[in-house]
Amino acid sequence: MIKEYLELQKIEGPLIVLSGVENASYDEIVEIKCGEQIKHGKVVQIYEDKAVVQVFENTAGLSVKDISVKFTGKPLEISLSKEIMGRVFNGIGEPIDDGGDIYSKIKRDVNGRPINPVARKYPRDYIQTGISAIDFLTTLIRGQKLPVFSGNGLPHNNLAAQIVKQAKISSSQNSDFAIVFAAMGVKHDDAHYFLRIFEESGVLDRVVMFLNLADDPVVERIITPRCALTAAEYLAFEENMHILVVMTDMTSYCEALREISSAREEVPGRKGYPGYLYSDLASLYERAGMMEGASGSITQIPILTMPNDDITHPIPDLTGYITEGQIVLNRDIYQRNIYPPINILPSLSRLMKDGIGEGYTREDHPDIANQMFSCYSKVQEVIALAQVIGEDELSDIDKKYLEFGREFEYRFLNQGFDENRDIEETLNLAWEVLSILPQGELDRIAPEMLKKYYRG
Amino acid sequence: MAEGVVKYINGPVIRADKMDKFKMREMVTVGPKRLIGEVISLDGQIGTIQIYEETTGLKVGDKVESTGMPLSVKLGPGIVGNIFDGIQRPLNYIFNKSGGYISEGIGLASIDLNKEWEVEIIIKNGDEVESGMFFGKVKETPLVNHYLMVPNGIRGKVIDLKPRGMYNMEETLLKIDDGKEIHEIKMYQEWPVRSPRPVNKRMPIEKPLVTGQRVVDTFFPIAKGGTAAIPGGFGTGKTMTQHQLAKWSDADIIVYIGCGERGNEMTEVLEDFPKLVDPKSNLPLMNRTILIANTSNMPVAAREASIYTGITIAEYFRDMGYHVAVMADSTSRWAEALREISGRLEEMPAEEGYPAYLPSRLAEFYERAGYVDTLSKKEGSVTIIGAVSPAGGDFSEPVTQNTKRFVSAFLGLDKKLAYARHYPAINWLSSYSGYLATLDGWYRENVDEDMMKLRGEMLKILQEESKLLEIVKLVGEDVLPDEQRLILEIAKVIKIGYLQQNAYHKEDTYVPLDKQNRMLKVINELYINSREAVKLGVPISKLRGSEVFKDVIKMKYSIPNEYKDEFKDLEEKINDYFISLKKAYEG
Ligand SMILES: Nc1ncnc2c1ncn2[C@@H]1O[C@H](COP(=O)(O)OP(=O)(O)O)[C@@H](O)[C@H]1O
Ligand SMILES: [Mg+2]
Repeated sequence: MIKEYLELQKIEGPLIVLSGVENASYDEIVEIKCGEQIKHGKVVQIYEDKAVVQVFENTAGLSVKDISVKFTGKPLEISLSKEIMGRVFNGIGEPIDDGGDIYSKIKRDVNGRPINPVARKYPRDYIQTGISAIDFLTTLIRGQKLPVFSGNGLPHNNLAAQIVKQAKISSSQNSDFAIVFAAMGVKHDDAHYFLRIFEESGVLDRVVMFLNLADDPVVERIITPRCALTAAEYLAFEENMHILVVMTDMTSYCEALREISSAREEVPGRKGYPGYLYSDLASLYERAGMMEGASGSITQIPILTMPNDDITHPIPDLTGYITEGQIVLNRDIYQRNIYPPINILPSLSRLMKDGIGEGYTREDHPDIANQMFSCYSKVQEVIALAQVIGEDELSDIDKKYLEFGREFEYRFLNQGFDENRDIEETLNLAWEVLSILPQGELDRIAPEMLKKYYRG
Repeated sequence: MAEGVVKYINGPVIRADKMDKFKMREMVTVGPKRLIGEVISLDGQIGTIQIYEETTGLKVGDKVESTGMPLSVKLGPGIVGNIFDGIQRPLNYIFNKSGGYISEGIGLASIDLNKEWEVEIIIKNGDEVESGMFFGKVKETPLVNHYLMVPNGIRGKVIDLKPRGMYNMEETLLKIDDGKEIHEIKMYQEWPVRSPRPVNKRMPIEKPLVTGQRVVDTFFPIAKGGTAAIPGGFGTGKTMTQHQLAKWSDADIIVYIGCGERGNEMTEVLEDFPKLVDPKSNLPLMNRTILIANTSNMPVAAREASIYTGITIAEYFRDMGYHVAVMADSTSRWAEALREISGRLEEMPAEEGYPAYLPSRLAEFYERAGYVDTLSKKEGSVTIIGAVSPAGGDFSEPVTQNTKRFVSAFLGLDKKLAYARHYPAINWLSSYSGYLATLDGWYRENVDEDMMKLRGEMLKILQEESKLLEIVKLVGEDVLPDEQRLILEIAKVIKIGYLQQNAYHKEDTYVPLDKQNRMLKVINELYINSREAVKLGVPISKLRGSEVFKDVIKMKYSIPNEYKDEFKDLEEKINDYFISLKKAYEG
């Protein structure tokens, strides 16, 4: 069903309206030839003989005359083989390094399909990242989707890079793992930074990169994570590899979605984002996990920058409703010169419960993690009180809490970019810090554990 | 058969021409893949259809075919222990057809019609029967007797009754002669999901749904046949609470609707429930559980339908005289699905883009709960517990606000409590239950005369604490007089020792009412004694650091659910401690 049409009725931002169309199918890809250039788009609405096509590349330069349009009859597909490792693609999955095209019989629709819940395996294996705050308090599980909620100028890239460098993604000799990296609207500098990190950690030949940079076409951004996840699904569930997917910046992705939605004159939802933002994000984030019949996994670390550091903004909000927890970075903590500046209180790993404790990390892990959250939240109350009455007026016990809070931030949370702590070290450090508080305050820890580990 | 022609495609919403012979709400199939859809508006020749599958590949000119039926479910053995999509297609069937990923064009499917069940017949030829009467019984799972009922609208004399034996779904088990017509009755019946199933009459609500969760049973009880909402921002514990209720509440049947939420959460239920044992029967919980899954990445239109599929199945089991609890996680995703479809229909939006009919849809849904006298004169109930996911965690948004109008129990989850890992993060100041008065008699009769009175006193302490904390925030705790500091200490005991309940702890995950009551008494005992001690001049620091305070906080873990003398011993220990303390201070 390859036909060429010449009637372009209207160009409006990223959308073009074609008329005289026969036989167009919803969601199919079209190729638009305009002089020497070929642009791509997909059918997003059909009305009688008219098709609305969303063009991935810039529509600048397109004119109502002098173009030809080809309907491919297929949704966007990419070619897949193990050869994609070590390669760099643009935002719609075309190679942009000098390795040439990927030749393979295996082609997959980038939109993917929902995984049947009965075909999923519940993720339970813990990944050590060597970062205390994560391993101890928001433990990453293989097959989890755990985003980083950040803000402009905060070190989310460093954190993601450190996870990539240190994480034991695969238990068996780190052999059957790969990293899929999707960049949406990121600066050249940031892309280079990741490239350098991959190089330094010697994993470059195990990285698949999909790059849509800040000056690349905005609409293409909608496709980028889909290409990346399609590659990840192939490697994880057909080649049985453990895949870590880093997607950044989800905020740029959502903004692109908003731009198209407003060009389509859809009823806007909160802050102008389309009402289907939740479903759309879910169609990405849910492409993580483990499946019956395959030994691989997809672990997702999406990164987003919260506009105005506001966690109630629709992008972090809807993300948090879909992902299995979140790691939240905080500006105040960063300004105190602490890296990684993770605010543990709003941070959460929903899957850690099955991957920690006796037989996994250490018997005391669940209890002291719980205790740490509860004590650190008390620290915030004491700080608020100290701001009113002055630190000197605090009761002795409250002063202890302040001391505990400081030690927690400077000794436990704070760690070097190259510092790789194992779980034993992390747990011992946690006890050291908690032991600043009198035993009576530690009401979440079983007496046997207190007896065994408390150091006051 | 009527046939329409596709004219317009926009995601899950399509419009077709030549639709004049179709009916509103009729189920249709569309295109060569026979995608399943439902007619949602008709205007002359033009019909609008929402499609329950991905519309990728659909074309203008594709055919719309009628099925002659509204969107319905098949009700019969094979439902319990199963997991279905939003329109009652078994996910295992879909898995067998299309593998690990769900593809479109699976076609209609429902419970397995070929499976044979052993049917026990409980009527005789010549009997006069009416709608809703039981004519047979199938042991569907070790926990559930599935009663076969005369379908609605049919009454008359039984003829050609088959004997007890193994039958599949399509076999006629009996015929009913109503004088004009002879009806063939099979093991299953069909029911349109959007219509409530009839009952003989509604009955007053008088019994709690016992959940084994202290903050619910003691403080904000849910009633059998009642309604409850659990609103909360992400990560505050909606799903955990719903899972806890699905596991431990004393309903006969659980219908769990995963509506627009995570795939892994459904998988978790599928993996865990067969291993968990029901405290009453010692049989795996999956034997009474029905799952409906439209996860967040599955087609949006089926999300809208999933709620109705779930509630209809619940009503069907209610009609057998069962107490059914429906958990819907999350009703907000359902409301958003309504909004998305409404937006694509270019309807006039009301608040925050939601359609103006949102409140009436919510009301219709929650009204399907109730404690009833069934057509077969049995007592049955449907309890609805809906999670609400407010945007930005802000309860002033339309779904939370409108839900509040139609539910009687409101378990508000609190971000701050969740941040401090106080679970369940149910805020005791903003939550309420409208069932306290109606259930009072039941608690008096079945637990303890004083339980609800003690509850009131504990809540008073917590309310007082919250006022005192306002002062503490400004001046610190040290300036308060000891009576008031005691309130803070006791409130702490209530919060840590009673309200916090660890879902992952073997013993604490479920606590029988009787133990809840004993725990309340112990805390009260501690409070009364401490108050007297403070009057005698015992410093608060001495009390707070005492062994008995610690013991009371730990009793939830240290005293087993099947306790023997432990409560008595603890009470004695408290008494002894205070007697000697008082002696020291009086003397
Ligand atoms: N009763 C509980 N006991 C222990 N942990 C809980 C409890 N309730 C919630 N949690 C913790 O909170 C996390 C988030 O809860 P969840 O129910 O998934 O939140 P929501 O559905 O509101 O987003 C869980 O993963 C778990 O770690
Ligand atoms: Mg949830």
